[in-house]
Amino acid sequence: MPTVAAASDLKFALEEVAAQFERESGHKLRLVFGSSGNFYSQILQGAPFHLYLSADEDFVFRLADAGKTVDRGRLYARGRIGILVPHGSPLRADGELKDLAAALRDGRLRKFAIANPEHAPYGQRAEEALRHAGLWQAIRPHLVLGENISQAAQFATSGSTQGGIVALSLALAPDVAKLGDFALIPEAWHRPLLQRMVLLKGAPPPVREFHDYLSTTAAQAIMVRYGFATPRD
Amino acid sequence: MDWQALVLSLQLAGVTLLVLLPLGLWLGRWLAYTTFAGKAVIEALVVLPLVLPPTVLGYYLLVSMGGASPLGRWAAETLDLRLTFNFTGLVVASVIFNVPFIVQPVQRAFEAIPRQLTEAAAVSGLGWWPTWRRVELPLAWPGILSAMVLTFVHTMGEFGVVLMVGGSIPGETKTIAISIYDRVQAFDLAAADRMAWLLLVLSLGAVTMSFFASARLAARR
Repeated sequence: MPTVAAASDLKFALEEVAAQFERESGHKLRLVFGSSGNFYSQILQGAPFHLYLSADEDFVFRLADAGKTVDRGRLYARGRIGILVPHGSPLRADGELKDLAAALRDGRLRKFAIANPEHAPYGQRAEEALRHAGLWQAIRPHLVLGENISQAAQFATSGSTQGGIVALSLALAPDVAKLGDFALIPEAWHRPLLQRMVLLKGAPPPVREFHDYLSTTAAQAIMVRYGFATPRD
Repeated sequence: MDWQALVLSLQLAGVTLLVLLPLGLWLGRWLAYTTFAGKAVIEALVVLPLVLPPTVLGYYLLVSMGGASPLGRWAAETLDLRLTFNFTGLVVASVIFNVPFIVQPVQRAFEAIPRQLTEAAAVSGLGWWPTWRRVELPLAWPGILSAMVLTFVHTMGEFGVVLMVGGSIPGETKTIAISIYDRVQAFDLAAADRMAWLLLVLSLGAVTMSFFASARLAARR
């Protein structure tokens, strides 16, 4: 079956786009969500994926250099990060991270969730934003690392942390939105989350169709509703 | 409830047991009856998957069987067989990490059979097959049964190795344990809850049943 490996910030948005695509085309797709970095390693190891939607560009280019892809891919979205604070947390959702800095000083902050910067692009951007705010060294002992951004969001809202840095696309999903407050972090504080997709060698026609479908206005409209900017903005 | 994942886990557990049972019976019985110089090494190898972190096992399986390894490439090119990120790969992994769960109880069961009984059978002229079927099997049966139950339930619940070599592909490698992890990340705690309950009840039920069966068999003796 045609299989799509997608960065986990796409969890809610891509499910809706794919459902609409399946209704319109009659094709069936299999969606697998996880961390972009893990998918990168798995594809190198021969994982049977046909389309790879990364949360950044680097992994796509590295796969292209390794000869695993059809071409060098296409941008499909631009992601945003922000601070998510669960209800009942002593932290305020402040996009400039001033209250986070204050909470670090006065001891209100015990645990804070981000995605693992080693292999999750959203984790790398979270680290960059925290460095920009001058909080990286101070917050490191408090960090809990999600394997991917979905897990970071899960940690951030679990009640065991005081908050976390998550994707806007997850924070807007109703199941997450009801759990806490969210504020965007200025986009200039980190490298842009240019999200690139690429067809992998041997991709069957339905996946190629889906790849093209993702650039249509109908698909982009759904992506925008979930908090993604169109890549040419 | 992810029925597809449940069915997949049941299939994986069934196939694993089917492959392992003959091997486990042979190896367990052999270890119970023979002593030789390097026996401790063999026994250590059997127990190894039990003490090794699943990620270590998964890592070695991934790099040894994956598409980037010589073995993986050879299997793909000459046998058209891919051993990672598909069901076949999960079966291979599952067979390896379940070796101690089948061999150890079987070995203990055969060790517990008094040697005089099999010797008496031999002296009375009973052949190999009748001895096995009428003397050894009835006595070792409780141990064999619990080995089978343990292997089955352990496969249903294995997570680390499956995550490393499976890749969480629905209908192919997304077992019920992986599905629970996936549902939690999707903020679908209701589904995770139902599946976790099912696994809890199933595991407890299976283990309890095997204890009951063992106790009844022991009482009959």
